[in-house]
Amino acid sequence: MRDWAQYTLEEAGGRTTAVITGPLLVSTIGMLDPQLRALEGPIHQVDLSGAEQVDTVGAWVIHRFAAEANAEIIGASDAALKLLDTVENSASTADISRPRSPLIGRVLENVGRKVIAFFIALGRNIAFLGAIMIAFGSVIRHPRRFRMTAVVRQMEVVGVSSLPIIGLMSFLIGIVIAQQGAVQLQQFGAETLTVNLVGRITLRELGVLMTAIMVAGRSGSAFAAQIGTMKLTEEIDAMRTIGVSPMEALVLPRILASILMMPLLGFFASCMAIIGGAVIGDLVLDIPFWTFLARIQEVVPLYDFYVGMVKAPVFGLIIALAGCYQGMQVQGNAEEVGLRTTAAVVQAIFTVIVLDAFFAMFFTEIGWA
Amino acid sequence: MSVATDLKDAVFGEPDNVLPEHFEGDFPIRIRGLKTAFGENVIHENLDLDVRRGEVLGVVGGSGTGKSVLMRAIIGLQPVQAGTIEVFGKDMADDDEDDEVGARSRWGVLFQGGALFSTLTVAENVEVPLKQFYPELSQQLLDEIARYKVVLTGLPEDAASKYPSELSGGMRKRAGLARALALDPQLLFLDEPTAGLDPIGAAKFDELTRELADTLGLTVFLITHDLDTLYAICDRVAVLADNHVVAVGTIPELLETDHPWIQEYFGGPRARAAVASHNRSKPLDNHQTGEA
Repeated sequence: MRDWAQYTLEEAGGRTTAVITGPLLVSTIGMLDPQLRALEGPIHQVDLSGAEQVDTVGAWVIHRFAAEANAEIIGASDAALKLLDTVENSASTADISRPRSPLIGRVLENVGRKVIAFFIALGRNIAFLGAIMIAFGSVIRHPRRFRMTAVVRQMEVVGVSSLPIIGLMSFLIGIVIAQQGAVQLQQFGAETLTVNLVGRITLRELGVLMTAIMVAGRSGSAFAAQIGTMKLTEEIDAMRTIGVSPMEALVLPRILASILMMPLLGFFASCMAIIGGAVIGDLVLDIPFWTFLARIQEVVPLYDFYVGMVKAPVFGLIIALAGCYQGMQVQGNAEEVGLRTTAAVVQAIFTVIVLDAFFAMFFTEIGWA
Repeated sequence: MSVATDLKDAVFGEPDNVLPEHFEGDFPIRIRGLKTAFGENVIHENLDLDVRRGEVLGVVGGSGTGKSVLMRAIIGLQPVQAGTIEVFGKDMADDDEDDEVGARSRWGVLFQGGALFSTLTVAENVEVPLKQFYPELSQQLLDEIARYKVVLTGLPEDAASKYPSELSGGMRKRAGLARALALDPQLLFLDEPTAGLDPIGAAKFDELTRELADTLGLTVFLITHDLDTLYAICDRVAVLADNHVVAVGTIPELLETDHPWIQEYFGGPRARAAVASHNRSKPLDNHQTGEA
């Protein structure tokens, strides 16, 4: 049990004295402070001779009380007087936190800021795309500046190392589509159409789309974090001062690697999903594994494959663009790197899905239904 | 001074250099046979150090000698391979984090970058340790405490409602100090407080440290590279080299040792400049006269 600071009132000769006893420390002042605040009536003196130890919090409580009641402090030790003096000189009335405007105003203000920020970000993204194109053009004019090693390295990171996870994910998705599709199609006695379902949906849509989401989460975020950290540690500035363009050295290899690897990964994902579907066909629908694959060739038109492969490099560009752009926007502190990384993934996935909807309508219109 | 030493003084006259063997008040920090390591890489081996009550102890050493690691070991952030660390006479190995009057509420730590919580204003930062340890304090009192602590550390009043990102490096250090002092600690750890400050800001921060140490009766464990800081405010200096503390004493005492690093450190051009400026600026304080 703690030894709380306490007070008693003593009257002598028409003068009221508050006698403080016990240690006046931050750990023992908790009970005394509200009591003193609630104390009514004139107090003429505060007697500190019973206070054993004093720290600045204790001194502050006494100082505030004495100043408010206009009382005189007596019996204070030298150490206590020094602290009373110190806290008196440090008194202030400043705000603790920012005053907040009313809710309606804040909501409107936030919405306004978000809208403006959206359009500014849109403009900057387009400007960034332009800067990439300029960098690409200058690399074409000066092929010596093309960084083959960096591109190959990024192709390994974006493409080769993500093969296991994308393969497993697609295989499982193929299984789910085939199994769920078969259950529904059985109701019409059309379970053999499961082959069409799996083959067309994976090559046209899901193979590339799921790959894009996975690459955005895996590589887009890595781009933003890497470039953002380099921005923080002034590596990017150092590059510029020694004449290396960060656009050519950092951004272009990542963009090219993503554009090149996305179609390959997307095709790989579609194949794995079809294999997953074929496994389910073999196990649940009694369609032999190889027959399933042979049927795919017959029922899936070649343009389904083209639909997927046309979209894939565009998605790759969008993912790398979002990652590099957000990374280059980092400034200030480490917290920003986290925020920008999140923004990169959200921006990439959102844009990919929106564009995918446009692609779907476009390809249907031109007869690739 | 304890009764025992008073009695001894009375009997034997002048107190000799042998300090009482173990007495909480005199040695807020006692380290014996400390060993710390990162995997195979041994940082400290057989390190002994006593910090006296009420002194400002400067800790110096080359880069990588483990000054910050030593501080982290004392405050329990760094696992210790061997040896004992006693803070306020209590072995830190069996310190209970939930103990409300444990060592944690009696020390304050200023990290190198200030380590302020970026989502809180300066005043709210100061209130965090108070709320953590003393939930019985009213919000009104907390606000008042935060206000005077902010001013106490030499910040302008309106800095209380600012966020750390809006402060300059020097102000951030002061805000960090305000938070370190929130609980009115008896022991203050400062990790390179003047690093990254301009010479004027650094000198002011030194002054502030000394002033607060004197007014509030603090014991200060101060890691530094700054020779000016050593000459200006440290009572004693501990030198870390070869994995342990090779010497502790006032600067004149250290100069008499023949350890090559110490000679190089205090005999170099920067040290001579620091001595010169120290002699020029303030003949008033006598921390370095060898009688600490």
